[in-house]
Amino acid sequence: MPMPACFLSLWRVGVFIAALMPLIWWGWQIANNMAGPEPGRYLLLNIGQGALWLLLLTLSLTPLTKLTRWKGFSLIRRQLGLWALAYAAMHLLCYVLFILGLNWAQLGSEIVNRPYIIVGMLALLGLIALGITSNRWSMRKLGKRWKTLHKANYAILGLVLLHFLWVVRADMQEWLIYAAIGALLMCLRIPPISRTLPKLRQRIKHSA
Amino acid sequence: MLIKIAKPSDLHESEVTPESAYLSRRRFMGGLAGLGAGLAFAGSAHASEQRPDYKDVPSSDAPEWFKEKRDAAEWQAVVPSDPAQDKTAPFADASGYNNFFEFGTGKSDPARKAGTLVTQPWSVVIDGEVNNGGRFSLEDIASPSKFEERIYRLRCVEAWSMVIPWLGISLADVIQRAEPTSKAKYVRFETLVDPEQMPGQRSSFALIDWPYVEGLRLDEAMHPLSFLAMGMYGRELPNQNGAPLRLVVPWKYGFKSIKSIVRISLVEEEPLNSWQKIAANEYGFYANVNPEVDHPRWSQATERRLPNSLFNTNIIDTRMFNGYADEVASLYSGMDLRVNY
Repeated sequence: MPMPACFLSLWRVGVFIAALMPLIWWGWQIANNMAGPEPGRYLLLNIGQGALWLLLLTLSLTPLTKLTRWKGFSLIRRQLGLWALAYAAMHLLCYVLFILGLNWAQLGSEIVNRPYIIVGMLALLGLIALGITSNRWSMRKLGKRWKTLHKANYAILGLVLLHFLWVVRADMQEWLIYAAIGALLMCLRIPPISRTLPKLRQRIKHSA
Repeated sequence: MLIKIAKPSDLHESEVTPESAYLSRRRFMGGLAGLGAGLAFAGSAHASEQRPDYKDVPSSDAPEWFKEKRDAAEWQAVVPSDPAQDKTAPFADASGYNNFFEFGTGKSDPARKAGTLVTQPWSVVIDGEVNNGGRFSLEDIASPSKFEERIYRLRCVEAWSMVIPWLGISLADVIQRAEPTSKAKYVRFETLVDPEQMPGQRSSFALIDWPYVEGLRLDEAMHPLSFLAMGMYGRELPNQNGAPLRLVVPWKYGFKSIKSIVRISLVEEEPLNSWQKIAANEYGFYANVNPEVDHPRWSQATERRLPNSLFNTNIIDTRMFNGYADEVASLYSGMDLRVNY
């Protein structure tokens, strides 16, 4: 069923607002003393987790498109990818501001010495590379290579999960849930599985 | 990696000692001398008969014996040497920002979930290399000693810290009454195991092998600074802070200060503590606060003194033995603290 164009633009704006809302919510909590005695760390952890959510959501859009053929999903892919980059950059900014206290020398030594920081930085650099090449001009310029390049998102997800794993302290449950979702999304891009998604759509359609 | 090798003399090197620090040091020396006589911190510069006015601290339904002991407590028996920097954290922060994995891994989980912990009645088993062991009620453990208030810095291994006024008794008192045998070399502590009361223990993916276990060398445990807290901010301990009985060892990282203790054993062998068991390269047996030895994932050179804000992160230098070097450094003379972290 074709959607009216105005609905699709509303959808895009709606997604933009939804991605912005958590930041406003956390800011409001901090302003109202509801974020505990260490608001900087509260922001750091929440924004980091938000970045992971956005990355997972971005990667779910292609399978969802295959499953539903709804145009709306592919329409927000670049936006969500850029949101993931924005959240990841803010996550780093929180670390530098609130954990290191703007001590740049220490940032240098942390980047060199701490494996989980190295992995996190690599993931951020990857997202920056994808962000820079997310425009139409780059797509035209890179041609077929663009798709290959942007599949690096899966490698970035792997790095992010590793970064997270190294921070897990006493209970694996939360990490395992994210890792399972990540693994599922990767599996859905394996060609034989990926090919079954449109068929699945037909079957759902017929049985309905 | 940037490794600064500490000279042995670093421990003793300090700036001009402020008078209050000098006085508190004298008090500890007095305490050490008076160990046998039941640890009277006589002549303290700060101790007072008057219970401090803890505003905005909700009262709790404490048993009568607790109230009696509290009313007879020696207030501010130990206070920070630098009160300007070491301001007591608000009660809401000290009771709302906790690591107590029995109640979840988030900092606010314990405050939200520890209501299910039943702390009355409570008993503690004292066993192992002792002549006078057995199962004791909390009141039995507390009653021979006078309650004291000690305002200590608490330095978490995660590089944040708070200043907290504890209420309780000296650990040495309790150990002495148990009459350790000559074989006793270490003290091993155990937290309650009860998955019905402690949701964190129900998780199938927990890395901690319950019960949570901690340990001290006997001389560390007998040190006058080692403390068994039953209250804080002039009231009972909130459940999330380790009610009804917890250890406080102010010169070690917070995870050594085990909560909700049900068993104290005098043992011959060094106990394997819970975090050591999970990650021996990150958490050692001693876990003395030491700015020179990094955690593998972060620096321990500084700490964030809480509460802080987005505009003032309140990052301060971490001090050797959390600022208690004058009192405790001699326990470790001749030891390589880089190896025995």
